[in-house]
Amino acid sequence: MKKRSIIPILYIAFLMLPIYWLVAMSFKTTNEILSGFSLFPQTFTLENYITIFTDPTWYWGYINSIIYVTINTVLSVCVALPAAYAFSRYRFLGDKQLFFWLLTNRMAPAAVFALPFFQLYSSIHLFDTYLAVALAHTLFNVPLAVWILEGFMRGIPKELDETAYVDGYSFPRFFVTIFLPNIKAGVGVAAFFCFMFSWVEMLLAKTLTAVEAKPIAAVMTRTASSAGYELGLLAAAGTLTIIPGAIVIWFVRNYIARGFAMGRV
Amino acid sequence: MIELQDATKRVGNVIHIKPTSLTLQTGHFNVLLGATGSGKTSLIKMMAGLDPIASGKVFMDGQDVTRLNTQKRQISLVHQFFVNYPHMTVFDNIASPLRVAGMAKSEIEGRVEEAADLLQLRPMLHRRPHELSGGQQQRTALARAIAKESRAVFLDEPLANLDYKLREELREQLPDLFAGRGAVVVYATSEPEEALLLGGYTALMEDGRVTQFGPTADIYRNPENLAAARVFSDPPINVARITVSGAQAQLAGGGGWTVPEMADGEYMVAVRPHRVTPTRTSDADVELTGRVIVTELSGSDSSAHFRHGADDWVSLAAGVHPYQVGEDHSFYMNPAHCRYFGQDGQRVA
Repeated sequence: MKKRSIIPILYIAFLMLPIYWLVAMSFKTTNEILSGFSLFPQTFTLENYITIFTDPTWYWGYINSIIYVTINTVLSVCVALPAAYAFSRYRFLGDKQLFFWLLTNRMAPAAVFALPFFQLYSSIHLFDTYLAVALAHTLFNVPLAVWILEGFMRGIPKELDETAYVDGYSFPRFFVTIFLPNIKAGVGVAAFFCFMFSWVEMLLAKTLTAVEAKPIAAVMTRTASSAGYELGLLAAAGTLTIIPGAIVIWFVRNYIARGFAMGRV
Repeated sequence: MIELQDATKRVGNVIHIKPTSLTLQTGHFNVLLGATGSGKTSLIKMMAGLDPIASGKVFMDGQDVTRLNTQKRQISLVHQFFVNYPHMTVFDNIASPLRVAGMAKSEIEGRVEEAADLLQLRPMLHRRPHELSGGQQQRTALARAIAKESRAVFLDEPLANLDYKLREELREQLPDLFAGRGAVVVYATSEPEEALLLGGYTALMEDGRVTQFGPTADIYRNPENLAAARVFSDPPINVARITVSGAQAQLAGGGGWTVPEMADGEYMVAVRPHRVTPTRTSDADVELTGRVIVTELSGSDSSAHFRHGADDWVSLAAGVHPYQVGEDHSFYMNPAHCRYFGQDGQRVA
């Protein structure tokens, strides 16, 4: 082994350590976790996972989360696409200010919006629905998606639009059959970031749901407080929450590098 | 036929195209010639409907298209930068306008192959644009313009980004490619030499207006203003101040001749360098004596820059001439080749 590869290996080892610990814990019994230090599960058990996949309160937490995250991702990207196109192609009064203002939405902590959302959604009967969380998350995700997509769209020369119009493409047809295929990397990156934010965001998701649309993060905290510390179960649930993110990262890994290169991610 | 009537273009408060009227005939090869920023691309985009017109009207084949969408104008456009659809194969690129128009599949294939053969693209039909060389990419864009049945074909400096050899090859081919297709061809370029090589008609553009339009050879021979006279000349055309009184012109540095009818006063005379020679060519020649400043020998031609009075002159002659830099030489100019311009730069005689 070459000398210079030691440092990256150490770095990766330290990065992976907490994740390894989580995965290892998920295969241990709660007793073993509490009994002391052990590098590997002494009594290997799948009990924690079986509980999650058989108990509806657990697996519905995942399903709920996936549903509102998906709604949010689709909604955010669909809303951001035309907005980003406008920002990248047209100059209009206050365009730069509006673009900046979009970004400032992301700078406010989610907690600021929890109360108004809760009150508003309760009064229009949106409380405890998938749409409630999905809509609340668009407040943060639409600006992010616009920002990312605008960077990718700017990389497509305006002459491509003009060529398509000259060739007879109507705007909608051009947008779907010519423009979208050429910024699909950007769409992938934007969707990834929307997905990740919505997946890990807990405060709004918890505040705006009760039973019907309860996200996995809420299930985890509530279980922990009612039935004592079921650490093995929590570790298994934690491991499972990492998986969707890992899958999505695998799909967009090449695009993300490009997004970084364009300075937008 | 494309007709512009007092068409103008404005971006904010900046006027990009001043009121312009121009009629371009179907079947003609029209060159828009002007420096970068003179408004060639703006004019093309106005005719293509890509840029809005601030005032005036545009007609195509007699129909008012001022407010008609680009999509409905039945035109083709080739940009300076190679613009193709990156996610489509060469075949699909050429076929795309035909598919949008709803042409039958068998006819599309025939047309694409015909265009591909004309531009030597047949072996590349199933590749994507980024796998092609620059020349092949631009040929793909040209093939798309050819395959489509258009009323007008706009070529916006299509050869500017190609290397020298490819440029010459394509330039030779271009007029033939579009001849007999029943379209108005508009070709923008910043190189006067290209306009001369392509023949046809030329519209000279300067600072957002068309300064002269006509057959290219006419513009070369009879420029309407000093700017037009300067365009087709390398080395630059000689321009000197003269005083006319009683039909006699007098150069400030000495030398006079009889001029066509014009009022007495100050004028500018312009004469091309190859009309100023180191040997006498006719009895009417005017002798100009001046100190040679620089000499250049380019193959079979020799040129000499000399100072005559306060004016710098250039002579371009075939053969090798033994000029001595710093010494006085005699040059001869035939007044029949002189063009006269007023102080405002407009042609007088």
